[in-house]
Amino acid sequence: MAGKKILLANDHVEGIRYYDAYRKHGGYTSVEKALKMTSDDIVEEVKKSGLRGRGGAGFPTGMKWSFLAKPEGVPRYLLCNADESEPGTFKDRYLMEYMPHSLVEGMIVSSFALGANTSYIYIRGEYMWIVSILEEAIAEAYKNGWLGKNIQGSGYDLDLYVTPGAGAYICGEETALIESLEGKRGNPRMKPPFPAIKGLWGCPTVVNNVETIATVPHIINMGGDAYAGIGVGRSTGTKLISACGNIRKPGVYEIEMGISVEEFIYSDEYCGGIADGKKLKAMIAGGSSVPILPHNLITKTAAGEPRLMTYESLADGGFISGTMLGSGGFIIYDEDQCIVHNTYTLARFYHHESCGQCSPCREGTGWMEKVLHRIENGHGKMSDIDLLVDVAKKIEGNTICPLGDAAAWPVAAAIRHFRDEFEWHIQEPEAAQRGNYPHWENRPEVVA
Amino acid sequence: MESSIKNNPAHVGCTFSADRLTEVDRLMKQYPEGKHKSAILRILHMGQKDFGWLSVEVMDYVASLLNIQPIEVYEVATFYSMYHLKPVGKYVFEFCQTGPCCTRGAEKTIDYIKNKLNIEVGGTSADGLFTLKTVECLGACGYAPMMQVGDVFFEHLNEEKIDTLIENWRKEAASKN
Ligand SMILES: Cc1cc2nc3c(=O)[nH]c(=O)nc-3n(C[C@H](O)[C@H](O)[C@H](O)COP(=O)(O)O)c2cc1C
Ligand code: FES
Repeated sequence: MAGKKILLANDHVEGIRYYDAYRKHGGYTSVEKALKMTSDDIVEEVKKSGLRGRGGAGFPTGMKWSFLAKPEGVPRYLLCNADESEPGTFKDRYLMEYMPHSLVEGMIVSSFALGANTSYIYIRGEYMWIVSILEEAIAEAYKNGWLGKNIQGSGYDLDLYVTPGAGAYICGEETALIESLEGKRGNPRMKPPFPAIKGLWGCPTVVNNVETIATVPHIINMGGDAYAGIGVGRSTGTKLISACGNIRKPGVYEIEMGISVEEFIYSDEYCGGIADGKKLKAMIAGGSSVPILPHNLITKTAAGEPRLMTYESLADGGFISGTMLGSGGFIIYDEDQCIVHNTYTLARFYHHESCGQCSPCREGTGWMEKVLHRIENGHGKMSDIDLLVDVAKKIEGNTICPLGDAAAWPVAAAIRHFRDEFEWHIQEPEAAQRGNYPHWENRPEVVA
Repeated sequence: MESSIKNNPAHVGCTFSADRLTEVDRLMKQYPEGKHKSAILRILHMGQKDFGWLSVEVMDYVASLLNIQPIEVYEVATFYSMYHLKPVGKYVFEFCQTGPCCTRGAEKTIDYIKNKLNIEVGGTSADGLFTLKTVECLGACGYAPMMQVGDVFFEHLNEEKIDTLIENWRKEAASKN
């Protein structure tokens, strides 16, 4: 079945990157509609839509907005999180590159709903060419009266700017993003106070992901109830998935929440199956921080139910046999991929990206990287496996920000599901240097 | 970092062009009164582009533009991985080595570059043209193997493409000398 498209319904329209084509295809109508509503009504529609943050945590957007403090005479800020640095994730880039006006439109409606008069898009510094694309779109929006003073005669003023980072995964964490936007090192802040009370320059602030913000205009146009009617249960609407790894068709896909994982991997409309006729060995569903799953838990849950592309179904079984939808960074591993090696590269990533404030994370990520490196290179000891589990446990929950958890989970999950492959690397280092683990298809029974 | 020593005579007295200074002014005005330090990351990018890398002289110059203490600039410049704090080749290959890229042969391609240019990761080729760095996920995982050079992403790389790119850059550099 052809899936429903909302965000990318018009991504192939000629010239959609520019104002004229975007406007001709219904662009900016949500601003016209929103400016006639009260901000409370807009927040109410977003609540009704069931929209959940698309940056990774899945927190209900309408609820987040309703927490924003509104002290008299203090400016409020909306910040768009376009840091997109979670390995496997490259969806926001697609949206900004091909449909920059959809983000600009979303920023206007969302800023109006929150009562913000200055808003920023914080984008990872490596996406420098997209900074120009966004600034061009913003300039077009100013020229056509959608930004600046007295937007469309409503009396509402909004300025919108783009601020690039300079290479730091941690700046995707919302308080680190705020620090970075203030021109400092990206060290996460202690919470509370939450950004909704004290954020950018000490003012009430909302941070939302690109995709979350770009969805808001559609909710305003169709109404919150209609949006909630798409998808399944509490996973409403559509989701952008960036698919990579050993699939035939890597790329960015918009799915209706609730299609099956099997359809997503094997249908020609999406990933098109495993590349080169190989077998599916493992999957990471939502960016490198979420638990990896072995082949027997991908298309079916431990209870034997078909696994669906929803927050709930991917999480079915908790961390024993489930994972998370996360950021939508979907990574497929075929039979030739080495789990130990993959876990090592991810551990190296988190070690590199730890800001260094909290010792469990700063030291722990380094230990995990080192131990994994020696296992991979044939110098591991059997006790290293439990050592890794132990270090991961000591990081988890013991840091200022969730980067610690994000570093611990992939290691813990890889060992949970592929312990035998780690043991093989340690016991038969020469064979492990030469080839792939032969028994990867025999996965132990997981009890639901 | 050797913060107190002047480490690059070529950058002594460095200044942006008039156009660049207009841009600096525009960037600083994007933030409220007194909060213009927020423009620092982007101004450092400009400095790196114009002067090749961020020497103490360049950072001190950025500090003077923002009217902040040099230490505030050093603090920031040392945190973010895109800034080069040492001299680099004319073309810096920032090659992604994170898990998803490895599923599509990133490491083999990195080895190919190392052999071709006879350098290690972190090194610069003898002619001073190319520096090879490995970086973590650049948000191009589906288009691997990939590297960033300057502001451009080069994706779906293979050995032939690497050969062509290097050849073209050699020609470009030769034509400018
Ligand atoms: C280490 C770390 C990195 C993160 N990176 C990103 C990111 O690149 N983009 C993003 O939208 N959210 C990222 N997040 C989540 C943000 O902190 C925040 O929850 C999100 O931007 C909220 O937006 P949403 O509610 O619209 O999802 C990251 C979180 C952590 C802990
Ligand atoms: S893993 Fe290389 S770009 Fe994402």
